[in-house]
Amino acid sequence: MRSGTFLSSRACSSLLASAASIFCGLVFGFLLLLAFDAGSAMDGLHRMLTTGFGSPDKFAKVLYQAAPLIMTGLSVGFAFKTGLFNIGATGQYLMGTFCAIVTGAVFQQPWWIAMLAAMLGGAVWGLFPGLFNALFNVNEVITSIMFNWMGLFLVNLGFSNIPPALANYWGASNADRTAALAAANASAIIPRAGLNTLLNSNYMNISIFIAIFISVVVYVVLHKTTFGYELKACGYNRNASIYAGINAKRNIVLSMLIAGALAGLAGGIYYLSGTSQYTIVKTLPAMGFNGIPAALLAMSHPIGTIFSALFISYIQVGGDAMQPEYAKETIDIIIAVIIYLSAFSLLMRNMISRVFSRKHYRQEVSVQ
Amino acid sequence: MMILADVISAAVLFAVPLLLVALGGMFSERSGVINIALEGIMVIGALFSCLFLRLADASGWGASAPQLAMLAAILISGISGAIFSLLLAFASINLRANQTIGGTALNMLAPAFAIVLTWAIQGQGQTTILIPTWIRISGAKSGSTFFSTLIFKNLFLTTPIAVLLLAVSAVLLYKTRFGLRLRACGEHPQAADSVGISVYRMRYAGVIISGFLAGIGGLSFTVAAGSGFQSTVAGYGFLALAVMIFGNWNPIRILGSALFFALFKVIGNYASSIPFLPNFSGIKSSQYIYQMLPYLVTMIVLIFTSKKSRAPKAEGIPYDKGQR
Repeated sequence: MRSGTFLSSRACSSLLASAASIFCGLVFGFLLLLAFDAGSAMDGLHRMLTTGFGSPDKFAKVLYQAAPLIMTGLSVGFAFKTGLFNIGATGQYLMGTFCAIVTGAVFQQPWWIAMLAAMLGGAVWGLFPGLFNALFNVNEVITSIMFNWMGLFLVNLGFSNIPPALANYWGASNADRTAALAAANASAIIPRAGLNTLLNSNYMNISIFIAIFISVVVYVVLHKTTFGYELKACGYNRNASIYAGINAKRNIVLSMLIAGALAGLAGGIYYLSGTSQYTIVKTLPAMGFNGIPAALLAMSHPIGTIFSALFISYIQVGGDAMQPEYAKETIDIIIAVIIYLSAFSLLMRNMISRVFSRKHYRQEVSVQ
Repeated sequence: MMILADVISAAVLFAVPLLLVALGGMFSERSGVINIALEGIMVIGALFSCLFLRLADASGWGASAPQLAMLAAILISGISGAIFSLLLAFASINLRANQTIGGTALNMLAPAFAIVLTWAIQGQGQTTILIPTWIRISGAKSGSTFFSTLIFKNLFLTTPIAVLLLAVSAVLLYKTRFGLRLRACGEHPQAADSVGISVYRMRYAGVIISGFLAGIGGLSFTVAAGSGFQSTVAGYGFLALAVMIFGNWNPIRILGSALFFALFKVIGNYASSIPFLPNFSGIKSSQYIYQMLPYLVTMIVLIFTSKKSRAPKAEGIPYDKGQR
């Protein structure tokens, strides 16, 4: 009977609903592989699902990509809790990247100051949609989208006009990407703490632990503080929260500010790893958008976001290993299907908890 | 003077996809469903119509009857967009799912699907579907005088079709019984239901029409971009959402805002050849300043117009028959 109450609990039915979505998504992905190249479908699926754990360096890659994904997922999820859809994580991520690299490579500051700068940059870029929503009643989705593109062009403009931020200033030949931190300022690289030798991969550093730590902080803020309670109250019913004396406008602005800071930190974590250089392009990076599925799959729960981001990163690494037989975008299709299914997760969750609670109820009746 | 003709004709070319897609968004939102999936629908519309054009070109049939083939491509783009939008309609109307989330999923799905399908058809790594050159309508002595440049420099069948669809949309929304019912479902679905209108059916109609228009918008974007289909529409679906809001969910004002936005977009490309614009000679890569311009202007305009914004009242709220 205790299992009955556990199975009908909210957390468990959420978990089951997410698991069901993931399973359906994977089945759909397998059908897709069969449709395009039936011969190597089994092999493709095998590579997709096992590569991440196959070798230490692949596992390091999973963690390396998961850390910024956790941050953008937290960013989107945090805004969701206040009833806002932060589709602008991409722009905030870019601003974070810009501030981190400039602080690290141009001002020659250590990594943790560069990280703080990244948070600041993202926060400023998140502040605008929040302000526009609170003051002028402009929908944050539109503002965020506009600020994504403005952020991209501003960052490109900025990098093009700050020579020490670019790779060619530090002896490399290409001017279209930012400085390699190893050459520009080795102290701006996030410490590896021996993890790189442990997993035999240069991708490995302490960033995954930073991301997990921040997830816990966000969890505590959202679930254990008055501030978090006010934010969630605004998300559930803005009018009711105003009636209860909560300053909804202030909370909207603060929520977007914090969401922006989290996404900005993602940019810092990714580009201060010392293994990636920002390339000046005219397309928005996917990392910000991928925060959306990470948050949705976890139903915006900060701790859940760790696992959903790890999962997404895991199958993305698997997807890279599926090339060249299959385009790695197959993974994006699978993720999209999972998100589509989780869009009606509420329905599924209610169904699951109803089934279990009915069973539980019957048992109780029969005992009596 | 010739540069003016160039700029106007390019602006019209880029205004067409914005206009069509924003009109699509308008139909969906007027029925009460937020269609954030416009971007994905555009990609699907462009994908299938470009595949069709490629086929028509390969068989030789397209070059012999170019505008007929183009018309068929436009129809295909619209129909494939409409079918794809059914996924959004099903999730948000029948299953009462969160409309933004469902739309986001479709936005992820479409470009990934396009890449995978393009790979499967054209072979590994071949991610661009080239579109044939015969789709352009070339008039007599194009480019020799002001008016011939204005009209024939960038003329595709999508432009007259878009004008036609704009007129049809305006009439449909404001002068027909269907339009009145559609708008009622976006404002107060319970009231609409109480007088016997099927809210579900109306919302399905709104989403399908938006899919049809956005699909055609996808093709006209690809045609305007000019370098073939590359599984992306470069954020135009989202821009169209801004155009729609800026146009206050009204067809004629949407036309105005689409032209306004496209003009700012194009000015960036021609900035170096327009004499009175500052050229920022001290700054490297100053083209980015002009590329930022349309977004910045939209933001400023939105601040001033948002107080008067008349969004459909029930948009984004799933309709629940049993709700009191």
